[in-house]
Amino acid sequence: MQTEWSVRAISRSMVPILLALTLVEIGSGLVLGRFEGALLRSPSLLVLVPVTIGTAGNLGSVLAARLSTAFHLGTLAFAPTDDQLAGNALATVALSLTVFPAIGVGAWLLAEVTVGARLGLGTVVAVALASGAALAVLAVVVTLVATYAAYRFELDPDDVVIPVVTNVCDVLGVLVLFASVALLV
Amino acid sequence: MSVREVAVGAYREGLPALSASVLGGLLAGVVLGGMRGEFRAVPGLLVLVPALLATRGNVYGSLGARIATGLHQGLLEPRIRGADDRLYRAVAAAISNGLLASAFAATVAFLVLVGLGEPVASLPVLVAIALLAGLLSGSVLAVCVVAVVFAGYRRGYNPDPLVGPIVTTAGDVFGVAFLLLAVRLVLLGGS
Repeated sequence: MQTEWSVRAISRSMVPILLALTLVEIGSGLVLGRFEGALLRSPSLLVLVPVTIGTAGNLGSVLAARLSTAFHLGTLAFAPTDDQLAGNALATVALSLTVFPAIGVGAWLLAEVTVGARLGLGTVVAVALASGAALAVLAVVVTLVATYAAYRFELDPDDVVIPVVTNVCDVLGVLVLFASVALLV
Repeated sequence: MSVREVAVGAYREGLPALSASVLGGLLAGVVLGGMRGEFRAVPGLLVLVPALLATRGNVYGSLGARIATGLHQGLLEPRIRGADDRLYRAVAAAISNGLLASAFAATVAFLVLVGLGEPVASLPVLVAIALLAGLLSGSVLAVCVVAVVFAGYRRGYNPDPLVGPIVTTAGDVFGVAFLLLAVRLVLLGGS
């Protein structure tokens, strides 16, 4: 059932979830605020913030979209032996381990040429790779839980799972980045 | 299909979009990396960043999905000139919802930071920055989303998979760039 194309109808269907997601994101902003000092001291870490958040959200949303399609086509079973499930989870981890080292190198280079990086290349790549590995696992878990919950509550995973997964992964992106910086810098 | 085949297929399909959004995220990061002075001048601004960027993705991602569905259903024609009123209403709803969420984010961030006893800029400054950034980036993103979905549809691409990566990439870049502009304008107006 499609909402009517009026400003009021669109807003009514959208505003509650939008405001709820905004609250979740303020939570991640508060975590970011906790390590504002470290971020402002090291431009390369500040460069990492949007790309880590965005990539974490995208890893989750790509997986959610694929599982949602498989679910609609009836080719998905919620069992650890399911090929669709295992294959897509594996691809998410592989994608993350491919892009995050590149993100680390990119962030360091860009900070170096623009304002001058304070941290070494190795440290920034290690922070990016550690964050990426942890985020891939978390994105898989969050997506599976959300898709399964949508299936149990008979909601269309297209409507619910993608925004929830994207925003939860955004928050986890900040938390994981915070943890990696605390451990490695 | 075996696990390996599924994994290889998903990897190949996911890599281009993910790489595009990584480039956008890094560009946004460069702008953010150059904003250290602004973050020091407006305490609490950094707390707002994830909420403002996510709002762009949520609002304009949904606008893109809605337009793509409208095209599939024949409710919309893929042209801007003489466009259907539905298109204008969907864009107006997206921009006004984006502004509402931005002002809400600024207010909540202000209240929480005051409650925690953390340093924070005044409420009017934060709300003004959030609204101005929301209006500027929202207008540009609405045009981007409509143009890309229409162009993709006219060339025979399914607009659905185009929307997500475009909105996250453009949302990050324009979101941060217009945030910087909004901070500078508000600081200029306030001093």
